[in-house]
Amino acid sequence: MHSAAEQILRVNSLSKSFFGVKALDNIQFDLKKGEVHALMGENGAGKSTFMKILSGLLKADSGTISFNSEQIEKLDVHSIMQKGISMIHQEILMVPELTVAQNIFLGREINRAYLLDEQAINQKAEDLLKSMGLDIKVRKKAKHLSIAGLQLIEMAKAVSNNARVIIMDEPSSALSEKEVEILFKIIKDLKSKGVAIIYISHKMEEIYQIADRITVLRDGKFIATKNTADLDKSNLISLMVGRELEELFSSNSMAQPEVILKVKNLNKKGKFFDINFDVHAGEVFGIAGLMGAGRTEIARAIYGLDSFDSGEIMLRGKKLEIRSPKDAIREGIGYVSEDRKALGFIPELSVRQNISLSSILNYSKAWFIDEKKEEKASSKIAQQLNIKASGLNQKVKHLSGGNQQKVVLARVLMASPFLIILDEPTRGIDIGAKHEIYKLIRQLTESGLAVIMISSELSEILGMSNRILVLSKGKQKTILTQKEASQEKIMQYAVH
Amino acid sequence: MQYIKNLRQYGIFIVFSIICLIISFISPQFLTVSNWTIIITQVSINALLAFGVTFVIITGGIDLSLGSIVAVAGVSAAMLAHPDSYPVIVPVFAGLFAGLLIGAFNGFIITKSKIAPFIVTLGTMTIGRGLALILSNGRPVSNLSDSFVFIGSGKIMGIPVLIVILILMFILCSVILNKTILGRYIYAVGGNEQAARASGINVSQVKMAVYSISGLLAGLAGILLTSRITTGQPNAGAGFELDAIAAVVIGGTSTTGGKGSIAGTLIGVLLIGVINNSLDLLNVTSYYQQVVMGIIIIGAVVLDSLNQKSNS
Repeated sequence: MHSAAEQILRVNSLSKSFFGVKALDNIQFDLKKGEVHALMGENGAGKSTFMKILSGLLKADSGTISFNSEQIEKLDVHSIMQKGISMIHQEILMVPELTVAQNIFLGREINRAYLLDEQAINQKAEDLLKSMGLDIKVRKKAKHLSIAGLQLIEMAKAVSNNARVIIMDEPSSALSEKEVEILFKIIKDLKSKGVAIIYISHKMEEIYQIADRITVLRDGKFIATKNTADLDKSNLISLMVGRELEELFSSNSMAQPEVILKVKNLNKKGKFFDINFDVHAGEVFGIAGLMGAGRTEIARAIYGLDSFDSGEIMLRGKKLEIRSPKDAIREGIGYVSEDRKALGFIPELSVRQNISLSSILNYSKAWFIDEKKEEKASSKIAQQLNIKASGLNQKVKHLSGGNQQKVVLARVLMASPFLIILDEPTRGIDIGAKHEIYKLIRQLTESGLAVIMISSELSEILGMSNRILVLSKGKQKTILTQKEASQEKIMQYAVH
Repeated sequence: MQYIKNLRQYGIFIVFSIICLIISFISPQFLTVSNWTIIITQVSINALLAFGVTFVIITGGIDLSLGSIVAVAGVSAAMLAHPDSYPVIVPVFAGLFAGLLIGAFNGFIITKSKIAPFIVTLGTMTIGRGLALILSNGRPVSNLSDSFVFIGSGKIMGIPVLIVILILMFILCSVILNKTILGRYIYAVGGNEQAARASGINVSQVKMAVYSISGLLAGLAGILLTSRITTGQPNAGAGFELDAIAAVVIGGTSTTGGKGSIAGTLIGVLLIGVINNSLDLLNVTSYYQQVVMGIIIIGAVVLDSLNQKSNS
């Protein structure tokens, strides 16, 4: 399909160690003009290290990188950007108080007579966004944009930089289905202009939709590069994890007759309207819908993070007055947020200290923390959840995404809840950790816990939930049983 | 040794030891008991303020009203400490209460209004100075009872009372920060306020607590200062807050919150004291002392950030 002449990037025997541990071991990689090349592997496989070297943020110990058959001598951020390699980071780097246009041209401002020419900047930005088919106002401040909007602007920035290679790290993790469509349209457009894209994602469906080739890394080693057409999903998974994975979703546990949570006529102006549902003991109750459909807002209201206007929330037959998460936890409700970094854990505190944070009163006498008791309890649950850390005293900021998520889950479970709300529980974590979290949810429901699961991944919602509530624009469209539900049906309700 | 272990900033501890070693070679007087008694007595007021503001800074806040609290507490205590008026406990409680009150006021406004602590405490700094002048009618309050003066200049078993109080407060503050639920919550709020709230922590309560502690310790500092100089000065303590904040920063507490320790702050306080003392011993004029101090503040933070980079 492609000849060697079309090769734009070639990586030869790249290696990198941290403190004697090989993070990357003899990596081979090549990229052709106009292709989408997916980079896959579990967390810790070396993807981010690799991408950091490619974008100049890290220095390799050995190996070479050639661009258009010419070896790049100076591998720092500036020279690499000048070659036309741009990285779109998972965390969005934008100045919130500046406008869209100002952000796009940040560092490359247009001057007239030593003064900023805002008009020219706005005009150029507008042309650029129009050419990409994006309907975003360039005079809007970045802080008023959604995460999706910001991500698309990042992409526009790369395009305006005349990028020949764009590295996208989990670009769709915060996007709704519709926004992913826009993203894919832009990617196809870029492809046709000969731009090559390295695409990192945990989402299989996306990879199969968009990628031409797939390179798999495992434990810092290069495993294989294959044409997407020649590699089916189960083979891909076994390449990634190095073993055959049993069926990802095990069968559901049976819902028990006891109603744990009852939500009656819940309303919040502009967010959600007349929400009614109940959740049984032992049940996984899924909530599906597009971004902005009100899923997270309902969860936040139940947990006391936000107020609501009217309606009732009852837990085990008792009407609740919840004003803060503190009240919710006391009543037996736990919440694992979609935004792990902002609402999940305290980066500077240790694994033990994070795990015990919501239930510290159980591990203290008077005002003093009983560290032995705390240690014992948190080590037990850390083992149960298979949290991988160098020890309970390791700071949570140094853990991988999957393990951070498990720490958050451990904290929630330590407060012995009757109901937990999991908001995008597997976002941005690798397939092995995902699988563990699914198994854990099963164990929890078998022991009688009620679970509300919010997810944008339809396969996850379908595979896990006993029943699924579908929301659209804040309205409750239907509740489907697992038997009735299918991807098509959910989407049908979600888009109306 | 737990506290030394908790001391993340070995860097500053080593710098401190090296500086002490060098000075002891240059000036033989330096390593004498009497000289160290002078150093510790001199830094004791700053140490109390710095301990208090460490709590605040770990939550990511700041307290600029410390110096004014020193004055209000000092004047209030002095007014009740004339000979043959009240037992010594009364002025002491008055001073502590004044400090606690202003601290709690800071906490209340900060949690209710969501205005930046910098602005709120800047306001109370001015209010407090005004209050001290109003209370004292703008004049120093002197003629204090012997028992009140004893606090600042007396000795228990040969050890100055000031130093005894300092040691007690060091232990108390370290225990609060390391061993209690409040301490854990303080680190949590400073590390990630939103996540702390989502974990069921009452963030407002924690903030109320830290500003109250800061005010209370500043009140104590005001009493000690008044007792030591045997007058309640309405102009006392001006600029003290900056020395205290400097000590906290030198001691490795991050001004963005979530990190820090009382032990680190103590090292910071002592480092400032030792530098001033040795420049005195070496007959360097005080003009130069200020320049040196500024360089040390910046140097300490640079050292800390280099340390962090090599860790990550």
